[in-house]
Amino acid sequence: MKSSISQIKDSLRDKKISVEELYDEFLIKAKSSKTNSFNLLLDKENNILSIKESQKRYENGNPLPLDGIPLGIKDLFCTKGIRTTASSKILSNFTPNYESFVTQKLLDDGSIFIGKNNCDEFAMGSSNETSFFGPVKNPWKNKNVPTDDLVPGGSSGGSAAAVAEGTCVASMGTDTGGSIRQPASLCGIVGLKPTFGSCSRWGIVAFASSLDQAGPLTNSVEDAALILNSINKHDFNDTTSSNHVREDYSIGINDKLDQKIKIGIPSDYLKDVSGDILSQIENTKKALIKHNVEFVDVEFKTTEYALSTYYILAPAEASSNLARYDGIRYGVREEGKSLDDIYLNSRTKGFGDEVTRRILIGAYVLSAGYYDAYYRQAQKVRRLIKDDFQRIFNDVDFILTPTTPNEAFKIGDKLDPISMYKNDIYTVPTSLAGLPGISIPSGLSTNGLPLGIQFIGNYFEEKKLLQIAALAEKELNFNEQ
Amino acid sequence: MSNNWEMVIGLEVHAQLNTSSKLFSSSPNQFGSEPNENVNFIDSGMPGMLPVMNFACIEMAIKTGFALNFNINKYSVFERKNYFYPDLPQGYQISQFEFPILTEGFINIDNEGNQKKIRIERAHLEQDAGKSIHDIDPKFSFIDLNRVGTPLLEIVSYPDLSSAEEVVSYMSSLRQVLMYIDVCDGNMQEGSLRADVNLSVRKKGGELGTRCEIKNLNSFKFIRQAIEYEFKRQIDVIESGGKIEQNTMLFDTSTGETRAMRSKEFSHDYRYFPDPDLLPVNLTQDQIDKVKTSVGELPQAKLDKFIKDYNVDKDIAKIITVEKQNAILFEKMISETDVKPKFIAAWLVGDIFAFIKENNLEVSSLNEKTKEITDLLKLVSDDVISNKAGKEILPKVLNGQGKPSDIVKELGLEQVSDSGELEKIIDEALIGEEENISKFQGGSDRVLGYFVGKCLKATKGKGNPKLINKILLERLKK
Repeated sequence: MKSSISQIKDSLRDKKISVEELYDEFLIKAKSSKTNSFNLLLDKENNILSIKESQKRYENGNPLPLDGIPLGIKDLFCTKGIRTTASSKILSNFTPNYESFVTQKLLDDGSIFIGKNNCDEFAMGSSNETSFFGPVKNPWKNKNVPTDDLVPGGSSGGSAAAVAEGTCVASMGTDTGGSIRQPASLCGIVGLKPTFGSCSRWGIVAFASSLDQAGPLTNSVEDAALILNSINKHDFNDTTSSNHVREDYSIGINDKLDQKIKIGIPSDYLKDVSGDILSQIENTKKALIKHNVEFVDVEFKTTEYALSTYYILAPAEASSNLARYDGIRYGVREEGKSLDDIYLNSRTKGFGDEVTRRILIGAYVLSAGYYDAYYRQAQKVRRLIKDDFQRIFNDVDFILTPTTPNEAFKIGDKLDPISMYKNDIYTVPTSLAGLPGISIPSGLSTNGLPLGIQFIGNYFEEKKLLQIAALAEKELNFNEQ
Repeated sequence: MSNNWEMVIGLEVHAQLNTSSKLFSSSPNQFGSEPNENVNFIDSGMPGMLPVMNFACIEMAIKTGFALNFNINKYSVFERKNYFYPDLPQGYQISQFEFPILTEGFINIDNEGNQKKIRIERAHLEQDAGKSIHDIDPKFSFIDLNRVGTPLLEIVSYPDLSSAEEVVSYMSSLRQVLMYIDVCDGNMQEGSLRADVNLSVRKKGGELGTRCEIKNLNSFKFIRQAIEYEFKRQIDVIESGGKIEQNTMLFDTSTGETRAMRSKEFSHDYRYFPDPDLLPVNLTQDQIDKVKTSVGELPQAKLDKFIKDYNVDKDIAKIITVEKQNAILFEKMISETDVKPKFIAAWLVGDIFAFIKENNLEVSSLNEKTKEITDLLKLVSDDVISNKAGKEILPKVLNGQGKPSDIVKELGLEQVSDSGELEKIIDEALIGEEENISKFQGGSDRVLGYFVGKCLKATKGKGNPKLINKILLERLKK
């Protein structure tokens, strides 16, 4: 079993290992990995100063909260002086001169970045197959077809695969419609998407601004809480950053539940699911019911509209957010005879198929004559989805769902975009509502592949959400299965 | 031919707000810097950068709202206007579309004595774009992003204007107000204020025609030329059996002609939608009220006050109120002396403005010299020195060459106002003038002027002319 952040910190404090040795250990493993989960790895020389300073703090007995912890960073976060590509050809030569808010907070707390994790191009995808740097392979294998390479999920597929195979202790991902939770589920790890507005979007390559949210992919719920402590801060440079009071999310995470908890299970989510998926929910019920937890059936009225709403709004925002990648000021430029040619060539050659598809969808739903029918209508439905969640949260503390409708599938298997989009059917409603959701591994499928469950909490109730997730994690004991 | 036709014009005026930083970034908002000097990561559209609203721009919009009689909307929304151009780094301009901050305002204009109310449909905040420079190199274009993100207030009038003169009058009234409330420096040459003119023609009283939009006019002269040319062009097209197409036109400043830039068919679909990086603006009544106190006195109110309370002639009062700094200087002088405002006003628009013009000065540079100026004017109005002497001394006073009273003494310009002394001089002057005296007594007034001149000459120009006049009359009537 992999060590948790606090166990690693103990070893560093007790001098069982030095910060440098720890870094070497992860880097060597990452370099020999065949999962393609990093777009870029940072040699020790790049980080030697931070490693030495971290070591000094341990020796002085005053380590920072994440001191010396090797982290992977999804290649969507701008990292100062370190190439940042969004896994796209168009940014394949781009090195920002600034550090994203979230990664700066992680650096401030002593962590050390081992590299930039592969992901779907501009975070658009659910299998990490759209990356310019090639697909990421899931470290897990189907025990019945062990020769197949499986997808890790997406878009934070590199982050999930790297944490799952132990080439970094944890990774920072982003979630727009399920991009943290879905790959976490397919790779058997923990993935947390905080409430929209918790973690600043400043310096994250934007996909869909009203949905994008940074969050950790970790080996345990406690690790997720520790990282959330670092990154969940108000930022004046992000207008949508909330200024609510932040808590310490790790303190008391394993405390016994002091009052009765009511969890809703949306019956409409479970209508057509496989036995494998259904048993994840059943096992979770069984595990929690002895802990003063009551389960009730709840029913959404808006579930069937969520995916289409998402695939109007997210591409609409993306079509505008990605307009700045025009080859003029930075990034890859393809020459042309006229200005229009330069735009056309740079963007046609710079973007992959999925990104192009979403830009076209987005431009279409915003265009004159279609705006009211698509974009405006979708905004209204989004409001109804939010209301639908609030109606249910009037009665329950959490909502429990499967994270994904299926286990990890073979690379190249889902060629049809619609069937790919359906992978996010359980995660997208939460994103549209801006609610926090956490996926934890709950068990194995009949093919021996990890499956996950998702707990959804009300706005800014991450503290409670992490507590219930930690309890379920302990009871389900996935890592011992 | 054009006698049967009339033009219908609506104006979109872009006013650059004179905030210290840009609309959504902390870069300095200033003209004349080195290319790309005032550009940060937000302005240059780097990945992951986010706009943060500069509230000073909202306050200036509110101020404009009060000054131009607008409804000030508590709820307004910034949207993205999407199009590609190299001087637009984000690939979209952040602007207000469906929910602008100001709606339904108006301004009264004065066109050669006729008052007309021009209704204003809306005014909204938006980002300016950068500048593309195509004439430095034959092969390459250059981009200067300094202007990117500069705050603009776009003021959109109803089509209430019906001549080039009215348009110019409207535009200059707007300029005057915006400068009075200190939201725009009004510098048209530097592009701080520019207009898009929407013009259509129709038979008098007939149905509205198809309009064309002439883009980006930045001087009153060009506005006038463009309107006159476009008016004739449209009439010519229609009278020769053609139809006006809804085009966007450019005005060629070298030929004075307008030409089509793009037709409606090829017009952009800007795909507006609310900017998800920004929250809607929700103003409280308190925030709005706070701004109200800073609006200050508007040009029309000042004009009325100068005419009614200070008894200044209308034409002179107009000249003074054209620019706020004139009015400030004038009112400062009034507050510092008991010399009549009307007297000060005449001097201000006369010799004082002439001095400013000659020396290429800012009016405001005289604000520190008002004490000296009013001291001088006091000497003139109290007849201590003559009007002529006052004019002579003024430049010396304004150049800081000493106190007026000292200069007067130094140059010996004090008038002789001692009646005894003057009587002696007059009596001497009348010796041997029996013939002229009897002419005067016979009814010839002209002779009086001759005597005054003679007496003044005898005092070497220092005699108080009024007093000389008075004594002379007494003597001659005997």
